[in-house]
Amino acid sequence: MTQAATDPHAATFSTLAGLLGEGVFSTSTFKDNVRLHVSPGRLIEVLTVLKQRCGFEFLSELGGVDYLEYPGRTRSRFEVHYVLLNLDTTERLIVKVGVDDPNPTLPSAYPLWRGADWMEREIFDMYGIEFTGHPDLRRILMPEEFTAFPLRKDYPLRGRGERHNFPKLSRGES
Amino acid sequence: MPANLLDEPEIGEESKKQYLWTLNFGPQHPATHTTLRLVLDLDGERIVRATPYIGYLHSGFEKLGEHLNFNQYVTIVDRKNYISPPMNEVAWHNAVEKLLGIELTRRCQYIRVIIGELSRISDHLLCAGAAALDLGAFTAFLFAFNQRELIYDVYEEMSGYRFHPGYTRVGGVMQDFNDRVIERVRAVLRSLPKAIADMEKLLFRNRIFLDRMRGVGVLSKADAINFSCTGPLARASGVTYDLRKDEPYLAYRDFDFSVPYATEGDCYARFQIRMEEIVQSMGIVKQAIENLPGGPVNVPIAEKFPMPDKGTIYNSMEGLIQHFELIMPNRGYETPKEEIYAAIEGPSGELGYYLVTDGTQIAWRTRTRPPSFIHFQVFPMMIKDHLISDIVAVLGSLNIIAAELDR
Repeated sequence: MTQAATDPHAATFSTLAGLLGEGVFSTSTFKDNVRLHVSPGRLIEVLTVLKQRCGFEFLSELGGVDYLEYPGRTRSRFEVHYVLLNLDTTERLIVKVGVDDPNPTLPSAYPLWRGADWMEREIFDMYGIEFTGHPDLRRILMPEEFTAFPLRKDYPLRGRGERHNFPKLSRGES
Repeated sequence: MPANLLDEPEIGEESKKQYLWTLNFGPQHPATHTTLRLVLDLDGERIVRATPYIGYLHSGFEKLGEHLNFNQYVTIVDRKNYISPPMNEVAWHNAVEKLLGIELTRRCQYIRVIIGELSRISDHLLCAGAAALDLGAFTAFLFAFNQRELIYDVYEEMSGYRFHPGYTRVGGVMQDFNDRVIERVRAVLRSLPKAIADMEKLLFRNRIFLDRMRGVGVLSKADAINFSCTGPLARASGVTYDLRKDEPYLAYRDFDFSVPYATEGDCYARFQIRMEEIVQSMGIVKQAIENLPGGPVNVPIAEKFPMPDKGTIYNSMEGLIQHFELIMPNRGYETPKEEIYAAIEGPSGELGYYLVTDGTQIAWRTRTRPPSFIHFQVFPMMIKDHLISDIVAVLGSLNIIAAELDR
């Protein structure tokens, strides 16, 4: 990465540190991805500052990862990533936040970006991470009767037989 | 336009419920083209609320990605946006190669640009054609579909498969372009301008088509940004972001093309953007095919990543060893314990992968950023206060591919 490309991030980091204080976030870099690790408690503050002060007005992607038994893992089990994009300078910044069992809960980014709506619902559906403040947190891809969270690492690839045990409605009952 | 009944505070919930009637649209409906379901609350013929229910085609593609290696997963990504499979392959291996730090050869970059742009043309042709079909203009759709047939011929010649080519590999492609493939690409370029002209003649002065597209399903620039819209949908609303220009990947720096955009944000603007992008993509393919660099297509097998072609496997020791190393499950190369987000400009928007690896050749997590999924959540807002018949126009202009929507 060239010097010119890292400079804007330095400005972003100093703005963040100036507004929220030191120690709110830590950073890491891999190839051209710059990552910002924050705690769930400060997540919305960090996202708000990034959106309103640093020009990252576009939420490009929001997804989750389950690190259960990931080799060498010591931090929290789940992580949710927010890929932010600055449409003017074309910088990208990945905000990563970790949550742990039991009852993983995060504040919702819905008030900042309407686009987070379905993406948060998908993470809830697949990992069971609850987003407080989300107006309509329901399952989105899996059927409503489904009780497990299929993208968790302890869920088997072939399922637990749910496909064969869906409630059936016969013609007489309908 | 009269006020929306649901927004009137003095009318009670109960009387609203009695006044409105509910219509179930889909999951099987000719205008949805695939499987998606809307529950509409109607005031006469006017939509006061639309609620999408998706997931009918959910097939666990992301879970499968955690159990297949990087080359095997190509067959699955093909089936996400099945209207433009090569673009998915390019996006997937772009993420893998970025994570592994593989620098592709020039020839391979050009070949990937060609198949990517051909699939963009194919996707836009179907989207524009089907949008016209749903509004009753059958002939334009047939002109568009005819051209897609020629693009399928290219896929067939380059890989042996028409629909899901599965053509890219880590560090290269399945096999090099030969003269017959190049001739087929030229055949597409020769016949496409006439088809575009025919479509424009049929549609751009078609009164019914224009009346049903103009001013329908308007998306403002602020909303496009707020809803994370990308691609033609955002560009029709004035967000000019295009990853090919703004974050160039592959060999896009070499080509001369422009990014069309509009500010109206209605269905017609989106249709126009798609038609213009076909022309721009044609220009890119033409430049790429005329300046196709020579030399090897895959990275050298000494780098341990690419699958050697059959000739090398059967005729050289190194090829045989390499093939063995890659095929045996307990062998192969090591990947870093890292994660990366890499995106390309797909036909309907930013197509990205968030890839996490744990040191093996099988990904830990393959999160897709599916443009269809993100764009469909705008639909309830866009369709509010429109008539039932506008649903087909708006759906057609959003280019929702249900396999990518539900994955």
